[in-house]
Amino acid sequence: MILGHLGYRTVCSAKEALQHSGVRHCYTGTRKNLYIDKNTKVICQGFTGKQGTFHSQQSLDYGSQLVGGVSPGKGGKTHLGLPVFNSVKEAKQGTGADASVIYVPPPFAAAAIIEAIDAEIPLVVCITEGIPQQDMVKVKHKLLRQSATRLIGPNCPGVINPGECKIGIMPGHIHKKGRIGIVSRSGTLTYEAVHQTTQVGLGQSLCVGIGGDPFNGTNFIDCLEVFLQDPKTEGIILIGEIGGNAEENAAEYLKQHNSGDNSKPVVSFIAGLTAPPGRRMGHAGAIIAGGKGGAKEKIAALQSAGVVVSMSPAQLGSTMFKEFEKRKML
Amino acid sequence: QDRCLADGANGFLAVLQFKPKCLPHYRKRDPRRWLNLQEYQSKKLMQESGVAVQRFYVADTASEALEAAKRLNAKEIVLKAQILAGGRGKGVFDSGLKGGVHLTKDPAVVGELANKMLGFNLTTKQTPKEGVKVKTVMVAEALDITRETYFAILMDRSFNGPVMVGSPQGGMDIEEVAASTPELIFKEAIDIFEGVRDDQALRMAANLGFKGALQRQAADQIKRLYDLFLKVDATQVEVNPLGETPEGQVVCFDAKINFDDNAEFRQKNVFAMDDMTEADPTEMAAAKWDLKYIGLDGNIACFVNGAGLAMATCDIIDLHGGKPANFLDLGGGVKEKQVYEAFKLLTADPKVEAILVNIFGGIVNCAIIANGITKACRELELKVPLVVRLEGKTALDTHQHWNTCTKVFVLPL
Repeated sequence: MILGHLGYRTVCSAKEALQHSGVRHCYTGTRKNLYIDKNTKVICQGFTGKQGTFHSQQSLDYGSQLVGGVSPGKGGKTHLGLPVFNSVKEAKQGTGADASVIYVPPPFAAAAIIEAIDAEIPLVVCITEGIPQQDMVKVKHKLLRQSATRLIGPNCPGVINPGECKIGIMPGHIHKKGRIGIVSRSGTLTYEAVHQTTQVGLGQSLCVGIGGDPFNGTNFIDCLEVFLQDPKTEGIILIGEIGGNAEENAAEYLKQHNSGDNSKPVVSFIAGLTAPPGRRMGHAGAIIAGGKGGAKEKIAALQSAGVVVSMSPAQLGSTMFKEFEKRKML
Repeated sequence: QDRCLADGANGFLAVLQFKPKCLPHYRKRDPRRWLNLQEYQSKKLMQESGVAVQRFYVADTASEALEAAKRLNAKEIVLKAQILAGGRGKGVFDSGLKGGVHLTKDPAVVGELANKMLGFNLTTKQTPKEGVKVKTVMVAEALDITRETYFAILMDRSFNGPVMVGSPQGGMDIEEVAASTPELIFKEAIDIFEGVRDDQALRMAANLGFKGALQRQAADQIKRLYDLFLKVDATQVEVNPLGETPEGQVVCFDAKINFDDNAEFRQKNVFAMDDMTEADPTEMAAAKWDLKYIGLDGNIACFVNGAGLAMATCDIIDLHGGKPANFLDLGGGVKEKQVYEAFKLLTADPKVEAILVNIFGGIVNCAIIANGITKACRELELKVPLVVRLEGKTALDTHQHWNTCTKVFVLPL
């Protein structure tokens, strides 16, 4: 431990619905919803709770367009000067919201995501850590068979377009509008990359924390496609960690879509090279995955795709700066 | 990550559509990691789901074991010491008894052997040197196995949900089978809303080599294992071997169940069975304070917020030729008391010769970190050097705190 478009719902064909991730299906059409901006209208689910209140205030202070929130049973009231609604559907009708951020405790968070999907909210960002895997498997089943809603998370810090819109818990003040797209599985490591790219003067175009859960809404490839197609994103930082195949899949995608003269520089750090192997893994996971999900394999895969892998988390900014220098992009 | 999702429950009590099944006060998720169940506990869960396991009783005294053996009224009895570590069969007791697993046809022998197991330490390849004290034994009906297969169900990322995996080559190193004869590994995705269909269960049973009536029996067992998988919020149920007996039964001779920690709030009965006695005491103490701690071999202790940054901190120490003594992730919404307790844990480790604090405080107030650390330094009379790197908005305010501590090197912002 993943805008302002009127998404329309299509039901995928059975064939599409049965494909695994990594193969195109109608959900991939929602990738464009990741790119929030100053026009994005956000509602907060779990609005009147402690976390919802605190982070909504932070969001307003940053200048995001928070337009209201959902707190079942408190519809009609006002909170932080904004309207409270009983349901996501009512909130969308009342505010024209494009996005929702979820600060709902684990036992109810999956239901909150599903409510937002049913209401066809184009972008849903679920911050909650601790949602049971079975619940997220059900959410994902629904998510992959529709094309209106894009989910980021759960268990993630959120997404930010510096200076325009902040959805999540990341500290706004370390960001600077700029040229680097950042995608990461880890929260605080993202802040490191942001801090460093700000310090070297490059700044960030869009930062997406995809989160650490095994079943989530957005992966590296989803973000890479957005970054590669975005003229404002001139360089990409990808932060991964041990476990799963996401980095290997990303490497494969980059080989196919980021090669040759127009390729954008990609810098990466993979956490966990020194982590001890999992202590009670059954064998079935390893058999299924084939690979072991280790840092060495991920680093090798990324390097073979032309990614510059930094062995230190402290050199992401400087490494990207050097790449810009090499390519005369400064 | 620097956030706490413990609260916020109040608004939800009024929600009629979500009927909370658990207490309204949601304390922070206890970052207990590997839930460990004894063999008899896993088998009890399996029995409750109608999965076929050998008939068994558990006993805490030799006389109970004798009674159990008699009650079993079985042709042959297997007596198994219950410890979490593997390698029991080849282990040694400090009573002198060799082997943590014994077969006998005589209940009296069961009683005698149990007398040499219970209350004694069993040492195996997987236990610490001094072994583990045996408090419980399993007295089970011994069954012959004519054929061993492998079967597992797990939640898999690439399949976006549950998958069943099976092989007719069970009982041995399944990863070896997968490497050398991949055509003997069968996988099938299960739709989370549909469950295991009859045709899927029968097909897997056939692939496992079960024929005729046994195929139907195995298919039934497969469906029950899936029911168990869902019921206990397992991330994996691995049966090795899923065996065939000469009498024509399909039996799960051993199983490993991995549980989803995130589901603890709705699996209280399962998690209550967690046996922490074989766990690392430091890791247990850390869990008590909502700290995620893993002991490593080195001499530089780490103190970090965020799992990714914590791993990266261990990596960067290693990169520069040092050796981390631990992984420690403070978790969200860290409080001064936790900071203090974490420091106590780190400084109590005799291997530790230096401490590195690496905090990127986003929303987290660095003053909380600084207060907790300086208090700990003073009260614990910190003897090892402490290097502090605090980053984030409130880091600027903390510099005056360090004057009260010696041996603290604070890195400039």
